[in-house]
Amino acid sequence: MVDTLEHDILIVGGGGAGLRAAIAAAEESPDIDIAMVSKVYPMRSHTVSAEGGAAAVIKSNDSLEDHFRDTISGSDWLADQDVVEAFVREAPDEMVQIERWGCPWSRESDGSVAVRPFGGMSIERTWFAADKTGFHMLHTLFQTSLKYTAIKRYDEWFVTRLLVENGRCQGVVAIELLSGQVRAIRARAVIVCTGGGGRIFQFTTNAAIKTGDGMGMAYMAGVPLKDMEFVQYHPTGLPGTGILITEAARGEGGVLLNNKGERYLQAHDLGEALDVNDERHPQLRAMELGPRDRLSQAFMKEEQKGNVFRDSEGSYVHLDVQHLGEKKIEAKIPFVRELAKNYGGVDPVYEPIKVRPVVHYMMGGIDTDIDAATKLPGLYAAGECACVSLNGANRLGSNSLTELLVFGARAGRNASIWAREHPEFDSAALEQQASAEQERIADQYINNHDGKERIATLRTELQETMEQGCGIYRDEVSMKATTEKLAEIKARFRSGIQLDDHSLSFNTELTSALELEFMIEIAEAVAHSALERKESRGSHQRTDYVERDDEAYLKHSLAVHSEGGPQINYRDVAITKWPPEARVYGRDH
Amino acid sequence: MTTAATMPETIMIDVARYHPEHDEEPQYERFEVPYRSDWVVLDALNHIKDQDDGSLTYRWSCRMGVCGSCGMMVNGVPVLTCAAFLRDYLPGPVRVEPLAGFPVERDLVVDLKDFIGKLSAVKPWIIREEETPLSEGEYKQSPGQLADFKQFSMCINCMLCYSACPVYQHEEEFVGPAALALAQRYNADSRDEGNAERYPLIWSDDGIWDCTFVGECSEVCPKHVDPAGAIQSAKLESTVGWYTSFLPLGRKRD
Ligand SMILES: Cc1cc2nc3c(=O)[nH]c(=O)nc-3n(C[C@H](O)[C@H](O)[C@H](O)COP(=O)(O)OP(=O)(O)OC[C@H]3O[C@@H](n4cnc5c(N)ncnc54)[C@H](O)[C@@H]3O)c2cc1C
Ligand code: SF4
Ligand code: FES
Repeated sequence: MVDTLEHDILIVGGGGAGLRAAIAAAEESPDIDIAMVSKVYPMRSHTVSAEGGAAAVIKSNDSLEDHFRDTISGSDWLADQDVVEAFVREAPDEMVQIERWGCPWSRESDGSVAVRPFGGMSIERTWFAADKTGFHMLHTLFQTSLKYTAIKRYDEWFVTRLLVENGRCQGVVAIELLSGQVRAIRARAVIVCTGGGGRIFQFTTNAAIKTGDGMGMAYMAGVPLKDMEFVQYHPTGLPGTGILITEAARGEGGVLLNNKGERYLQAHDLGEALDVNDERHPQLRAMELGPRDRLSQAFMKEEQKGNVFRDSEGSYVHLDVQHLGEKKIEAKIPFVRELAKNYGGVDPVYEPIKVRPVVHYMMGGIDTDIDAATKLPGLYAAGECACVSLNGANRLGSNSLTELLVFGARAGRNASIWAREHPEFDSAALEQQASAEQERIADQYINNHDGKERIATLRTELQETMEQGCGIYRDEVSMKATTEKLAEIKARFRSGIQLDDHSLSFNTELTSALELEFMIEIAEAVAHSALERKESRGSHQRTDYVERDDEAYLKHSLAVHSEGGPQINYRDVAITKWPPEARVYGRDH
Repeated sequence: MTTAATMPETIMIDVARYHPEHDEEPQYERFEVPYRSDWVVLDALNHIKDQDDGSLTYRWSCRMGVCGSCGMMVNGVPVLTCAAFLRDYLPGPVRVEPLAGFPVERDLVVDLKDFIGKLSAVKPWIIREEETPLSEGEYKQSPGQLADFKQFSMCINCMLCYSACPVYQHEEEFVGPAALALAQRYNADSRDEGNAERYPLIWSDDGIWDCTFVGECSEVCPKHVDPAGAIQSAKLESTVGWYTSFLPLGRKRD
């Protein structure tokens, strides 16, 4: 028997998207009861590490139309335009709302919020709280959520699967970490807000908890994963650790230099290098403020030409902010200085920072519509785990934090309406499913003493093969090799994991194994979706199909789970008003 | 600084182990891990978990000093283990224990329910008599007004200050440094009007007056929040402005 709890709405994840959804649900229906289940305390969620800022039109010289166009061209036309229209329209109110809740935004002298330039944006529209924007947004949302008594938190509970019966999602099964007990939580609507899965790659800015659990759960429950081949490499991570140096460093005027001391981006069709003292520097939508996919690709080309530095931690280029001076660095990007000093061994006031591209963000995720609903009734998703098709083939920096708010809120409101209209449960069947899940966990892990495979070994092999086959540049041969390697890893995983820890309380080795299970699933979805897309678009660059092919691939890929591996289907992109054009940065067109 | 020639190949890590299902008392276990000058204590723990003993239990996530998960005692001092470099503890051994002053759940994992309860108790959200419609845009706040509370908003809830606080070690009821700093963060925010609602708790016997101003909290705080300073300001405020607490809502500096 498994203990069963019950709530109207259950939110998996306490990051920015989950918290925003919870507050929206509480405000939509004051009498509704909401559970928030998270494998870490909410303020530990990875939203906390976001540095640079969040985009929304607020200044009178800006327009929704420009935010729309920047997002579409940034996405290489793979974003759904109705979604982008809704996003840019709702973004300003969401940002004002979180300001009202106390987010300590950096300010202009007249007291209005300050905005900074960001890559691929045609104007300064990124709100920021120095360079700890995600940290402040997350803590503001968490602290604000504490005033809603309708929100009941299950902190440090690990969700292992969705409960689906009668064609409806009706809850989850979760392990209470402290006791190790498996419990069923029934809910009339479930919102998955579990964040990204960058940990399927070796070298990433993503925290340990970003293992794609929610994507894996939804996928295994029959919901497609959309556009999974699109993985964003951020151009400036610290070699070795992969710690992010925010784009804000370039937004404030930082420049990238190769081993010849050249502003090498000008050799990659990103515009002309202006002197750092030229008052037009940094130029919008050009050079250092080009989009991330193009900058990461330029690094790879420089590497091929032998124009990068090398040391024991591999290859890198220089990010130079010295000309900003200590005062500006302290005022605008103090965290960059702290990180570079602690983890990069340099003080950027006096030396350039070593940087290289690093896996940062998954554009793909659980297939959701403009209402944050999935095709499985009762199941919603928002945030990085979802793919509502805002980001297409390449996300613009600072659109993601705003996405958490806009689509988190939509998910919360829509789920509460659904929950009100669907009060009934298939209780007996749910209980049975939960018992079966408890048995599975016991048999496969806790009571299994015959497993041979070590978690860390399989995880490292998985990360290596993803880096090899699904990196910045891809081709048929390497991707094929990766899909085969993943199949092997999956088979070895199934043959049995060797746990050292067979106890119940706070068994983090067990949760690592469960995470690895999800990682294998989503890695397969990424690799197979990438292999099938025979074109180059945004972050998906193939050396054997170098052009974008709108004829065949102006489409979202949909990976559907099956025993034999992912099946890849396609759906047209929603184009409401701006048909595809060439994607131009750094010059007029 | 150790030079390359004297750099050891390995370093010993002594870890406190405690399993609630079978231990009465914590035991220490020694592990030998590769020494790398760019490794932090957390890297050593991850190495042990991956290679030697998968049952070693601790919390971590961001590995960049911002999620607040990885606070532990290292050689008796509360630190973030993702920001504590092995090179600063040569030649070892390095003793790693759970944060002092909290009940231990397992190995290096402590119970933070009490802490979370205290955070919630100070009402850390904006309280106002009236809200204007969103269409009117953001509340204006000058850079100076932001500076009034910015420092107190930098807390990552790592709890190192509680571990270092001599008062909290003896008086569990003490609201404590981070939660009092959080109260001050909202009290000093020009957009907030909730001071009067927060005063009863922060002025209570378990609030600021429990603090004997040892200042250890500010010493160990990795984010320069200066909770001792926050408590000091709250004490000042309470003596100059206690009468305003009888007004329904306190006013901030404009
Ligand atoms: C270093 C870094 C810097 C960034 N900077 C920016 C920026 O400046 N601007 C921008 O727009 N974007 C930025 N991004 C991207 C953005 O921060 C993320 O996409 C976003 O924060 C994700 O939020 P989320 O709410 O979807 O997920 P997260 O914040 O990752 O939260 C996921 C939640 O799900 C829970 N969870 C996961 N699995 C389970 C499970 N099995 N059971 C229970 N709970 C579970 C976790 O506990 C957590 O609470 C950055 C990303 C990184 C990595
Ligand atoms: S005040 Fe400092 S030491 Fe205390 S919890 Fe906050 S960040 Fe940690
Ligand atoms: S792991 Fe996040 S603060 Fe150390």
